[in-house]
Amino acid sequence: MSSELLTGWGMTAASRADVSRPASREQVLAALDAARCSGRGVIARGLGRAYGDAAQNAGGTVIDLTSLDRVHHFDAGDGSPDPSITVDAGISLDALMRMLVPLGFFVPVTPGTRYVTVGGAIASDIHGKNHHVEGSFSQHVTELALLLPSGEVRVLRPDDDSGAAFWATAGGMGLTGIVLSATIRLLPIESSYLRVDTERASDLGDCMSRMSSRDDEYRYSVAWIDSLATGSSMGRAVLTRGDHATVAELPAKRRGSPLAYSPSPKLMAPPWVPEGLLRTSTVRMFNEVWFRKAPRQHTGYESIPFFFHPLDGVLEWNRIYGRPGFIQYQFAVPLNAEETVHEALGRLSAARCPSFLTVLKRFGPANPGPLSFPQPGWTLTVDVPAALPGLGPLLDGLDQVVVAAGGRIYLSKDSRLRPDLLGAMYPRLGEWQQVRAGLDPDGVLHSDLSRRLGLT
Amino acid sequence: MNDALGGVQTVLVLGGTSELALATLAALDLRPGAQVALAGRDEPALAAITVPTSGGGSATVIPLHWDAAHAASGPAVVAAATEALGDIDLVLVAAGILGDQARAEADVNHAVDILSINLVGVAAAMLPAAERLRVQGHGMIVVFSSVAGLRARRANYVYGASKAGLDALAEGVQSSLAGSGARVLVVRPGFVRTKMTAHLADAPFATTPDVVGAAVAEAVRKGREAIHVPRLLGPVFAGFRLLPRPIFRKLPG
Repeated sequence: MSSELLTGWGMTAASRADVSRPASREQVLAALDAARCSGRGVIARGLGRAYGDAAQNAGGTVIDLTSLDRVHHFDAGDGSPDPSITVDAGISLDALMRMLVPLGFFVPVTPGTRYVTVGGAIASDIHGKNHHVEGSFSQHVTELALLLPSGEVRVLRPDDDSGAAFWATAGGMGLTGIVLSATIRLLPIESSYLRVDTERASDLGDCMSRMSSRDDEYRYSVAWIDSLATGSSMGRAVLTRGDHATVAELPAKRRGSPLAYSPSPKLMAPPWVPEGLLRTSTVRMFNEVWFRKAPRQHTGYESIPFFFHPLDGVLEWNRIYGRPGFIQYQFAVPLNAEETVHEALGRLSAARCPSFLTVLKRFGPANPGPLSFPQPGWTLTVDVPAALPGLGPLLDGLDQVVVAAGGRIYLSKDSRLRPDLLGAMYPRLGEWQQVRAGLDPDGVLHSDLSRRLGLT
Repeated sequence: MNDALGGVQTVLVLGGTSELALATLAALDLRPGAQVALAGRDEPALAAITVPTSGGGSATVIPLHWDAAHAASGPAVVAAATEALGDIDLVLVAAGILGDQARAEADVNHAVDILSINLVGVAAAMLPAAERLRVQGHGMIVVFSSVAGLRARRANYVYGASKAGLDALAEGVQSSLAGSGARVLVVRPGFVRTKMTAHLADAPFATTPDVVGAAVAEAVRKGREAIHVPRLLGPVFAGFRLLPRPIFRKLPG
């Protein structure tokens, strides 16, 4: 157990916790026992990629589960049900991909980084570029083992008596218990490449109509948006959509070893970055280049890291925002709320918000998780330096617009939401709280997020 | 909890009627739902204070009885604030009296009053508050010191001595809390036009509570460790501290 200052990936609002790094289930139980009496509670933590304070617990205990990373069972699914793998919660998607891609399998859902754990993926109910057809991560979990604060281990499945607890855990921000292991369905792939169609969209309307009309033809779809473009080119975008390439589709030179996979990071962010490196002018320049270098229309083959995890190529890229850190703001609004996306992007570009990572995606149907973030419609994500003047009121204003449209923001990225808006964003909060209270009757599970928003 | 933009949800003010503290609260632009515990002697006056929020309403104000002249009430007020607020995101340590230098020289009881209120009484609440923040693993203490504590002047050295003591205490607490998740901001204003100084003529670099409040709120958001208000007083007093005594004594006041 060591005393550590922790932040999320956004490097904001540090708080101190006693961090324990158990190497076995027994040690997890021991850490939980010790934490139960402390009065400040306990929360599990994986690779710390939640942007805000979801995996912090000021004054309390944080159990880092990344040492619990064994594979228990692998089923290639020959003939029988779907291929699947049963793993400890602390294993990363990076480790899974290194293991599985050469064997011809892929994780069912990957976010924009491979450096997340399976436990974190469930607690955040993460989504990826395939949400519009395949839903979120938890929809591919067939079983999980949840350690309750009482010390009891419960096996939860999405579709039996334990379903309520399962779905409260999916997207439950770690506040229903500690996920110890999970069984995940896998996707068979023939190659480690993706066939990707790239196209430019001249403005936001163009981008959204291209996505609405043809997204369903692709397994993966996402649009990068130039958040600083204004006027008639507001929301100009580069749309990339694709699917895993079959061997037959691959260019001849890649057919030899179609499942080769070497996702090594190439660069390391410098240890010290001047404050304000990412200012409007530099980001405007980056965005201009990024937009111009994209082909107007093109089909090509991209590797898994290039297509899914471009930022993982730079280790600790979060440091480029300097000491004040940054905020990733992500909201979802219903399909008919296109106007809200326009309004939000308009406000961000008017505020000259220097976001070089602005992403638009169409979500498919929601799952039964009461706190699961995705809902059918649009989701917009922006990265903003926390030091941007006027950022607080700007984002508070966006929250209001999002709520008015029947939308919500993503708790795994939140670090500043006004607590009184939570109920409007997540109308099934009460239902979740009820299930949660049954799993943690003594209120042992706490995080900075849960304290800040009054979640529990 | 403190949020990513330096926002706070709960505040304890030690010296709840202090103009500098109230100006700071206003400048903090608290959000609706914020809770502010105002600790002081005059509970009805404290209960009548409204603290504006960004939504246009008022924060929830919780008056707490505390008398800095009675050191024993220090730990009790922190316990009461913890009971009322839960985690304390921000503590404003703003209690104090200016006193009267001439009277303090003629009547030692008055000098003792200044020292016991500004230093002993304030410390008796500030130290338990620091321990509370250490336990909760986050939060910030803002200590209203004064440039008067940086080099004792003939005109107000008893007050200056009390602030010098408080300043040293604040810096010590700051070091002791390093790595705890809790932080300390030391604020050293110059002459501020308040009811405490209304009977005095303006000193050089005189400023207003609103200016101090805005500077403190910005420093809280940015997580600064020490500020002078106006900022120029930092280098000015750094210079004063180096001045040889015979020259310093010749300066006015």
